Amino acid sequence: MENKGLTKVDLIFESIDVRKVMTKAFEMTSDEIIKEILDSGLKGRGGAGFPTGLKWKYTAAEKEPEKYIVCNADEGEPGTFKDREILDRAASKVYAGMAMAGKAMGSKKGFIYLRGEYRFLLPQLFVELHKFHKMIHEIGYDFNIEYRMGSGAYICGEESALFESIEGFRGEPRNKPPYPTVSGLFSKPTSINNVETLVTAVMIIDKGAKEYVKLGTKDSRGSKVFSISGDTPIPGIFELELGMTVQEFVNEFGDGDTKAVQVGGASGFCVPRKRFADTIIGFEGVPTGGSMKLFNSSRSMYNVLHNYLDFFAEESCGQCTPCRVGCQQLLKGVEKVKKGEAKSTYLTELVKLADTMKVASKCGLGQSVGNAFRSIVENFREEIIY
Amino acid sequence: MYHTGNLVKELAEKHGRKRESLMPILQDIVKKHNYLTDDAMVAVATELDISAAEVYGTASFYTFLDTEERGKNIIRVCKTITCSMKGKNDIVSTIEDILKIKVGETTPDKMFTLLETNCIGWCHKAPAILINDMPYTDLTPETVIDVIKGYMRK
Repeated sequence: MENKGLTKVDLIFESIDVRKVMTKAFEMTSDEIIKEILDSGLKGRGGAGFPTGLKWKYTAAEKEPEKYIVCNADEGEPGTFKDREILDRAASKVYAGMAMAGKAMGSKKGFIYLRGEYRFLLPQLFVELHKFHKMIHEIGYDFNIEYRMGSGAYICGEESALFESIEGFRGEPRNKPPYPTVSGLFSKPTSINNVETLVTAVMIIDKGAKEYVKLGTKDSRGSKVFSISGDTPIPGIFELELGMTVQEFVNEFGDGDTKAVQVGGASGFCVPRKRFADTIIGFEGVPTGGSMKLFNSSRSMYNVLHNYLDFFAEESCGQCTPCRVGCQQLLKGVEKVKKGEAKSTYLTELVKLADTMKVASKCGLGQSVGNAFRSIVENFREEIIY
Repeated sequence: MYHTGNLVKELAEKHGRKRESLMPILQDIVKKHNYLTDDAMVAVATELDISAAEVYGTASFYTFLDTEERGKNIIRVCKTITCSMKGKNDIVSTIEDILKIKVGETTPDKMFTLLETNCIGWCHKAPAILINDMPYTDLTPETVIDVIKGYMRK
């Protein structure tokens, strides 16, 4: 097990000369940019962790003259708030990442889908955007970015639901394939990347992939911005090198009484104390879009699970049956067990239902409800029953 | 109830009359009037030349595109886990006391609507609420009273 310890990093919020990086990127060929991103080992920072270089390569390979670069700023995963901070403090780097992606894939048009909850940021984001458009025009490149707003739907963070929403429809995920790289927004080849992924790509071009791979592990290259909340004396946003154990994380951020850490939000995994030491935060262990919630021994894990299930039951788009009915039944099920209306063995049936949702649901929402469900029920069974 | 007047026509001029214009138009109506009336949705359908059912079907999918009457100020209290752990219930009951309404209700003078919402991205400064577009964080029952009173004076 490769273990890197806990190291603070400053890449995402580091103030850089955006004009200089953009000039460098525009002098590179499409292949050179993509190779650099591939060599860096960068995986998507929104949570799913798809290799960014491959996504860019596939989109670049499409012959269609019209392609889109979409920035996913529909940050809705419970416990995640780093994209807001990145847009607030480093918007020009987000725009630069989109323009660079545009250069790599042969696209002149970008959209940022910003969640409605962050609408208050728009005035300052427009000021920054105006400056950015002016700057890239001056260095002789043509790329235009527009904002599209969400309206309070968690599911619109799912890429194809996000496209549906921009196109003016209900945010219901599409069947895949075709994948967005082939047929995405307005049925055109589309590269959709998380806010942080785009900024990381800029830093990779700035510093070089060779330098970037010195950070992190084989499976989880680089650093990551973490959103840390719950029972911690220092909640907030921290950029950390990937590859630390949950124990090392808890030593730094815990309150001395941490009994569980929920890694990756409501759709992520619950790591109990006995697994802190041997669980790596990263793609080789517990992957995360950045959400880290700490719970101390005063918290009821039943309440945590109930809160998550209530969240999913509300946010399921309702399109496919396993997710729509599954979320409701899991919620009702744990309530029944808690009240003593169902035997504790009923929990085993519920875990089976969560497993079925994993294979039968259409999109990531229904497929990941089982992550939190199984990991909380298995590790804190007595708290759910009694 | 409100009258849309020329608003929908003006918004169609601004955002276009394509299907992808629908969300920006609905969002701008809600920004001005806080919710969508049946008349407003029919007017949008006419401008975009789509059925009113398509407009309602889209609007009703999104939590922030309310199709029920809402007050001038919409208070959304985050109920997701961290806010819930950090005193969300006290915040809700304080607001309920001061406005004399329950969650889901609107004050008789149509000044406030109180709702609960899912994670708004301020877990590190919980508990948090949104009033219209503005977030208020690190709240206590005392500070939330000041925030609400500020809106009462506006």
